[in-house]
Amino acid sequence: MAGTPSHPSNDFAELEPAVLAPGHTFASVTDKISAIVLTRPASRGWWFGLVVSFSLVMVLLTTITYLLVVGVGVWGINIPIAWGFAIVNFVWWIGIGHAGTLISAILLLLHQEWRTSINRFAEAMTLFAVACAGVFPLLHMGRPWFFYWLLPYPNTMKLWPQFRSPLVWDCFAVSTYFTVSLLFWYVGLIPDMATLRDNSRSRFGRIAYGFLAMGWRGSARHWRRYEVAYLIMAGLATPLVVSVHTVVSFDFCVANMPGWHTTIFPPYFVAGAIYSGFAMVLVLAIPLRYFYGLKDFITDQHLQNMAKVMLATCMIVGYGYGLEAFMSWYSDNPYEEYVIHNRMTGAYAWSYWLLILCNVAIPQILWSKRARSYVPLLFCVALVVLVGMWLERFVIVVTSLQRDFLPSSWGMYSPTFWDWSMFLGTIGLFFCLLFLFLRLLPAISMSEMRELVEEVEGPEAHAH
Amino acid sequence: MKEASPIYGLMAEFEQPAQIVAAAVAARDAGYRLVDAYTPFPVEGLPEAIGFPRTRLPLIIFIGGLVGCIGGFYMQYWCNAVNYPINVGGRPYNSWPMFIPVTFEMTILCAATAAVVGLFALNGLPMPYHPVFNVPQFAQASRNRFFLCIQAGDAKFDLPSTRNFLDGLKPHAVYEVQP
Repeated sequence: MAGTPSHPSNDFAELEPAVLAPGHTFASVTDKISAIVLTRPASRGWWFGLVVSFSLVMVLLTTITYLLVVGVGVWGINIPIAWGFAIVNFVWWIGIGHAGTLISAILLLLHQEWRTSINRFAEAMTLFAVACAGVFPLLHMGRPWFFYWLLPYPNTMKLWPQFRSPLVWDCFAVSTYFTVSLLFWYVGLIPDMATLRDNSRSRFGRIAYGFLAMGWRGSARHWRRYEVAYLIMAGLATPLVVSVHTVVSFDFCVANMPGWHTTIFPPYFVAGAIYSGFAMVLVLAIPLRYFYGLKDFITDQHLQNMAKVMLATCMIVGYGYGLEAFMSWYSDNPYEEYVIHNRMTGAYAWSYWLLILCNVAIPQILWSKRARSYVPLLFCVALVVLVGMWLERFVIVVTSLQRDFLPSSWGMYSPTFWDWSMFLGTIGLFFCLLFLFLRLLPAISMSEMRELVEEVEGPEAHAH
Repeated sequence: MKEASPIYGLMAEFEQPAQIVAAAVAARDAGYRLVDAYTPFPVEGLPEAIGFPRTRLPLIIFIGGLVGCIGGFYMQYWCNAVNYPINVGGRPYNSWPMFIPVTFEMTILCAATAAVVGLFALNGLPMPYHPVFNVPQFAQASRNRFFLCIQAGDAKFDLPSTRNFLDGLKPHAVYEVQP
């Protein structure tokens, strides 16, 4: 805390947009963020968003009910394409979740101060995305009420899970990821729960937030342990997030399927996950800061930085696509060669070229600083990337399964109404949870923002 | 036994993080030991100033991770090699490279759980009642004010002289904390 390198009045700050607008105090950041939860009435826009997303949750529940009554045949899956939308959407959602952990854990370890104002809702995004992701493999099992067969527990059949199977690894990885993300999120929330408890005007608010704060009183001893725990958990979450998408990619690349059986999958899946995750953070942060007047906290610098991360991961996934094509040629394996040939010119060629357009071609515009600073354009690019990353998983799942070794087991895949309703339903679930989160919990970490004020503003921060 | 604990302690309110660190150092130098400071965010140097330089938490987390690592690997070894051996194409029963992903996940899971459980246990949370909340102004401790509390149980505590001492630190105000 000795120097104030990003003090807004020095020349350097003029060139580089600040991560916090000048003039804020401990009280002003606290009041501005807690006001969204405690005092500001719910706006019409919020109600509209909640109603729309809640309706989609009803669509999801209807789909699940119909699926449970009739069976997974209501989806478009078949043999050979047994995975279909369920796994496409699973991988897409879990990838989106990864940016939350990246922002909250990895950027914390790298001392990137700009993460402070976006980590809370990025972590919330992680939890909700993983919840949406979990729905798909669960229902894809066909008999989801036996999901616990994946876990090792003493049973009357005297059987254990096959621990050499990537699907069991996946079960452990995703459930660990959800649990650790939830713990990390909750630990981060405790001091803010205390703030809400102390500032809430309603008795119910004081009791509810007080219950969640667990009697937090901000003792210096507690803060010391809290900081140690938070930092070590960030250190634990960092390899975890890499391992989760690596294990997801093992679901594919441990199989002998042409187009899947490649060692580039783990790094390229992790980069793709971060890519789509940052796109989702942008899609959420841009309206959030606009509608709730949080431009002081989520500044243009944040959007710039996220655009740069997107550009970097765009180049990595672009390299991945190139290398897949190169390796299929270099392997001299007719099946591998055919899969790539079929991807580029076969029945699903439109999805491949659309993927290249969305994920590699269009995001190149982010090289231009003007494009990065023009917020509506950035929002559109982020949406395009989300579509592109979804298409990537579609291409990987469908085009590989569609044409494998024997022409007798070739097939075609087309999603049904219930595939689409389920996908839309999880989007509704995601946004519904997010809208509730915005009104019930502080979307930006208040205690960390106070710390940032202390670092940026120095001793002036105590004023009133 | 009225003198035993008429009050919990005396609490001084400050407006700046630098002031509370200086106040905590002064209190330690004056010989007070049962001192605690309450702040809206972690203030650098404050734990050392109140005499709390280290925490055992990293050790607890390490033990949690170790238990998860060994337990996770042994669980798979016992299930797939001892209790119900499965011969997959003549490969060894203890095919340890295939057990690494779950071992890793169990390590992280147990270490993170130990971190949170250890944090709560060492901090004594959840704690529904604590005397410091009897001071109405203490609600600001989670917003923008910094509090230093000297407990009545301290050997050197004496109501008038401790109050004089706290007043000498130029606080915003000094409060008596009811037990």
